[in-house]
Amino acid sequence: MAHQSPAPAMPAGRADVPTDPLVVLEGVNKHFGALHVLKDIGLTVHRGEVVVVIGPSGSGKSTLCRAINRLETIDSGTIAIDGQPLPEEGKALAQLRADVGMVFQSFNLFAHKTVLQNVTLGPVKARGVKKAEAEANAMKLLERVGVANQAHKLPAQLSGGQQQRVAIARALAMQPKVMLFDEPTSALDPEMINEVLDVMISLAREGMTMIVVTHEMGFARKAAHRVVFMDGGQVVEEAEPETFFTTPRSDRAKDFLSKILTH
Amino acid sequence: MDAIIENLPAYWTGFRTTLQLTLVSGAIALAWGLVLAALRVSPLAPLRAFAAAYVELLRNTPLTLVFFFLVFVAPQFGVLPPLGFWTAVVALAAYTSAFVAEAVRSGINSVGIGQAEAARAIGLTFGQTLSVVILPQAVRTVIPPLINVFIALAKNTSVAAGFATVELMASGRRLATANPGDVIWILVGVAFFYLLITIPSGIVAGLVERKVAFVR
Repeated sequence: MAHQSPAPAMPAGRADVPTDPLVVLEGVNKHFGALHVLKDIGLTVHRGEVVVVIGPSGSGKSTLCRAINRLETIDSGTIAIDGQPLPEEGKALAQLRADVGMVFQSFNLFAHKTVLQNVTLGPVKARGVKKAEAEANAMKLLERVGVANQAHKLPAQLSGGQQQRVAIARALAMQPKVMLFDEPTSALDPEMINEVLDVMISLAREGMTMIVVTHEMGFARKAAHRVVFMDGGQVVEEAEPETFFTTPRSDRAKDFLSKILTH
Repeated sequence: MDAIIENLPAYWTGFRTTLQLTLVSGAIALAWGLVLAALRVSPLAPLRAFAAAYVELLRNTPLTLVFFFLVFVAPQFGVLPPLGFWTAVVALAAYTSAFVAEAVRSGINSVGIGQAEAARAIGLTFGQTLSVVILPQAVRTVIPPLINVFIALAKNTSVAAGFATVELMASGRRLATANPGDVIWILVGVAFFYLLITIPSGIVAGLVERKVAFVR
């Protein structure tokens, strides 16, 4: 049975209400040894929808995010992207991953490649795009995230915020159907968080489907259709951002919000 | 000292064989060791198990036994390698590849898991991830242990002297028999020719290591 997610709400400035399911998780379970990190997770993300996953550390939100492109395998349940179940290890999985952009907490830019090469590697190797074409496209993306002038530097020569923006450009270069963000701003110095969030907000405005694990409530309020609150490996509550932050239903969400809001 | 100079041609012949053994079996060991290391980190469990079993078997068997196996045991199973240079190459390469695989694997492990995850996340296959992202970054870490392996290989070629290959050690032994009064100098000469292979290897390794350095 398909999981029933609440009809996505529409933040101000968004034109369309997404209704077409793109990422569908049903009955997903995952254990790390004795630890049951994902408990019977059901979640549907629609095309063009922005979903923020929030929750205390160890709640399973990162694992959930990583399971969607099978960086973590699951023990039971199904995950389908655009109607296609996640394939087993192999070429088909690589192709599916090419359609799913991922941005990591620690950037993970290829340390031995220049910024430009980081962005062109995927299109050239995984999609067979010609180098010149890939570079032209990469420069456009780097321009868009505001680091075009750093194109020929190595990642280590960039600030954290710049590196994360390059990582976003690298993921976008694959023209993904959906973008996963695994705590994209958690490793950044405070003054660099906004430059990354701005890029993410503009992506959301352009209609990119996004699943974002973050504690940035400003981002959730501005860009998200829906907040998914996880605790203890379960989806405890799903709601429109404004509703969730002002009038959470569950005690666990109330408790969590009181802890992060008092500072 | 004179014994060395008078017998330079004999040394030279042995040295050339030793050098050839080192280079040929070294190249094969490098290629096969890379494959083994790749299998060792493959997502497929049977491949991992095969590589692990191979490495454990070969690196824990004395090299002389590997030679014995090829020369005396293999024929009983219908495999009849011609005794001599190529038998020595097979034995040395099979043995050394286990050590190469472990050196390369340590290098692969030195590259953060995030690099592999990022590579796979943009749709690169396992092979592409390894060859384009992981190995180029592992090279620098791998070179020092790898050069140890090759220096050991250069010296291990002396085991072939016991199996009908006239390399440096065998030449030295013949010279020592022919010049019983100068055994010490003859052996010093043998040692010198081994250094002629091993010391430049170390220097080349240092150069390569600096060349592939990059800021992380």
